[in-house]
Amino acid sequence: MSAIITLSLLAVLLLYLGLFKAKKALLPVSLLGLLAAIVLYSIQWDTDAEPLYSGMVLFDHFAVAFSILSLFITGLVFLLSRDYFDSISEHVAEYYALIIFSLTGALLVVSFHNLAMLFIGIEIMSVALYILVGIRKRDFSSNEAALKYFLMGAFSTGFLLFGITLIYGATGSFDLTEIKNYLIANPHSISPLFYSGILLLIIGLSFKVGAAPFHFWTPDVYEGAPILITTFMSTVVKTAAFAGFLRLFLTCFVPLQDFWAPVLLVITVLTLFIGNISALAQQSFKRMLAYSSISHAGYMLFGILSIGAASAGAIFVYSAAYSIASVVAFAVLILVKRSRGSEHFEAFNGLAAKNPYLAFTLSVAMLSLAGIPLTAGFVGKFMMFSGVLANYHIVLLLLAVLNAAMGIYYYFRVIVAMYFRPADREEVTVNANYKAVLFIGALLTIAIGIFPSLLAGWL
Amino acid sequence: MDNLFILIFIPVVGALVLALTGKSASAKTLALLFPLLSLAYSLSFLFHFVPDASMQFEQQVPWISSLGIQFHVGIDGISLPLVLLTNVLVPLIILASYGRKYKGDFYALVLFMQAGLLLVFTALDAFVFYVGWEAALIPIYFICALWGGENRIRVTIKFFIYTFFGSLLMLIAIIYLHLQVPGHSYELRSFYQLALDAPTQGWIFWAFFIAFAIKIPIFPFHTWQPDTYTEAPSAGTMLLAGIMLKMGLYGLIRWLIPIAPLGVAAYGQLAIILAVIGLVYASIIAFKQQHIKRVVAYSSIAHVGLMAAGIFAWNVQGLQGAVIQMVNHGISVVGLFFVLDIIAQRLGTHDIKLTGGLAKPAPKLAAVFLIIVMGAIGLPLTNGFVGEFLLLVGIYNYGLWYAVFAGLTLILGAVYMLRLYQKTMLGETPEQNARFKDIAGTEVLVLGIIVLLVVGIGVYPKPLLHLSEAAVSQLINQVSLK
Repeated sequence: MSAIITLSLLAVLLLYLGLFKAKKALLPVSLLGLLAAIVLYSIQWDTDAEPLYSGMVLFDHFAVAFSILSLFITGLVFLLSRDYFDSISEHVAEYYALIIFSLTGALLVVSFHNLAMLFIGIEIMSVALYILVGIRKRDFSSNEAALKYFLMGAFSTGFLLFGITLIYGATGSFDLTEIKNYLIANPHSISPLFYSGILLLIIGLSFKVGAAPFHFWTPDVYEGAPILITTFMSTVVKTAAFAGFLRLFLTCFVPLQDFWAPVLLVITVLTLFIGNISALAQQSFKRMLAYSSISHAGYMLFGILSIGAASAGAIFVYSAAYSIASVVAFAVLILVKRSRGSEHFEAFNGLAAKNPYLAFTLSVAMLSLAGIPLTAGFVGKFMMFSGVLANYHIVLLLLAVLNAAMGIYYYFRVIVAMYFRPADREEVTVNANYKAVLFIGALLTIAIGIFPSLLAGWL
Repeated sequence: MDNLFILIFIPVVGALVLALTGKSASAKTLALLFPLLSLAYSLSFLFHFVPDASMQFEQQVPWISSLGIQFHVGIDGISLPLVLLTNVLVPLIILASYGRKYKGDFYALVLFMQAGLLLVFTALDAFVFYVGWEAALIPIYFICALWGGENRIRVTIKFFIYTFFGSLLMLIAIIYLHLQVPGHSYELRSFYQLALDAPTQGWIFWAFFIAFAIKIPIFPFHTWQPDTYTEAPSAGTMLLAGIMLKMGLYGLIRWLIPIAPLGVAAYGQLAIILAVIGLVYASIIAFKQQHIKRVVAYSSIAHVGLMAAGIFAWNVQGLQGAVIQMVNHGISVVGLFFVLDIIAQRLGTHDIKLTGGLAKPAPKLAAVFLIIVMGAIGLPLTNGFVGEFLLLVGIYNYGLWYAVFAGLTLILGAVYMLRLYQKTMLGETPEQNARFKDIAGTEVLVLGIIVLLVVGIGVYPKPLLHLSEAAVSQLINQVSLK
């Protein structure tokens, strides 16, 4: 909890720094704050976790692992923000502060132990994002994205809240343990309210993770938002939403698996196909990444579908691999866009000849997203597939294989553009922060691919 | 002393070093040094190998303990010839590419691929096998797509998606088998001991078969092959045809058939029929080709069809024939593609009509080409003879009519290969070909070694057969399909 308090105070401090025009201090202070939070979380790792504050939050291994992951990815995003925020808006301090606020919400979402806390966490996370998406005030697409995101977000929160209410109606409690006990105590007389509540929760959470058919906002919002905000949304926010989704279902709803699994199965299959087929048709790298994030949501839903002891580890590894690769991909996109002014695949033509380092790291990221062995993405996919097979959804896995093969096509498009399509272009200038982030990203992707035990054994 | 890990990691280290040397001039020397080191080291394995049926030089370390994955490798009489083949061919292929202006990155990819191949041929853990399988695919994709011909982008992505799809099916089967093993391991041996029911083995068969059939390639999964061979740079074609397709054949022997014998009992006949159809079909197409590389590409489909049929016949002769023929085909096909590369590079064309009469200006080339062609056709006293003979005996023991059709390869093979030889080497020498330069320098060295191997194995194949004999008979006894 001390970490969350630290972060809240950090955000306020950042706002004051902005007030006193201490622009130079923003980045170091934010990074220090994140580091402090990571340390505070790491200390908590070994303790036997008990729910705190009348059962509001629970910092078990699950919560701590996902929190550290979120903090780490946010740190990478901050490193990329040098020169970036200044170029799109004058309110630099607000950026940092809002991202930290949103992160605080995300940390609550991964560690909630009470449905009220889940709701509050999601709101804290989202409200800050509504502003961030629309922070380029004079940009048309940014405004469109913000409005869309806000409307859809409010809508989905409505579903979520309604679901929570119905569950409360059935069980008389918001507490996860109480809800679980209710199910155990009444295995044969579960109120219909409870079933409706689960369905509404699935809808609300599917909105948040961007699963089809509730994904319509994703491509436009991802495209309209500033690239770095998109990065934050598609990594930290998505990971947190999935962690929350899993936490809820893992703690409470396992006994009712026969009821909700078919619903989720349909959502998963739709998500995979819609994400992948749409990604195939994209001409813009950024929009392709948006659709690919939808299809990755589909793979991550496997973890919830095959719910069990291994799910948490699988989703953790998968989201870590996916987040790291996405940060690298978006970082290169920022650089390429800055030099060529375009987000299309053609903008990457010939990059390998001028910037071999950029091209190599982006290739590693793409291979990881495509799930090629010796990268982290493969380990994640492998764990997901294992989980699904353990539950004997062989047909689902065949569909997943079909989708993975499709994925190769669009992930390799950018590799093809960089390496095999020569073009006259300037060398892209890369500042030290970007170099560092790309290095860390590629290194971690390969290291986790070769030694998955770095991540796989924790949860 | 004989540390398999070191053998596998020499090329990895080599690849890293070469990737870092980048554009420097020492890249070529280094690129030869590492494979020669591998070759020398693998000779030590050959000398210390006891030709019985056991698995030797086994090594094992935990890799991903939480998932029960061991880095477990070993060599027996079936994998040793392929390990040797890989380590002999890679330096030859690198030497053969000396005429081109390749930099460190190219050689790094070749060496990385070598490591993947060695991993595939030595893996005793299904996960390791899968990783090696894919690790060999990535570099060859880049080799083909970076240095290939005009249509390389379209062709190579097709190749990649095709093979990747197949290997994902294999991955499903591997994970499924893993979950069936008591104690959840990925050990090859524990997979062997699973006695699954026939329907399960049926789909396991298909999952593996499609993966391997795409790689080999067996008709009708071959459509990627001619285009990729044609568009790939010469070194890439040699790697693909010489070594990579053996991964699929080896997979049949090591993984598919022993793991799913009931599946093979049910569908093996279909597999043989497909292999034989592909063999006849490819031979006929090979005869009509105008592009010299395509002739050999289709001939390769025919040859591997014969090997696959021999493997599915599942008797000692067929299997031994397949093992020795994998080696022979690797040697011959690398020689053939190298000769064709020399011709195409000097004439600037792959069109069979524009070649011709090269024997007069280039007698040395004509001589070695003839010997290699003889080997590819399978004439007595060349390497191809022993393998094809054994394969046909094996297929004959399975069924007379299969052998009759498979035997057509000998005749059809002679027809299209001699056509290729005649059209390129014999006849009138057109004016533009009169000043064709004969082979010299490294070309002589590479082709000389290949000719030596072709004749050497042809005259005295016994040592090579001896290596695999015990392992093959034991495998046949252990896995009975009847």
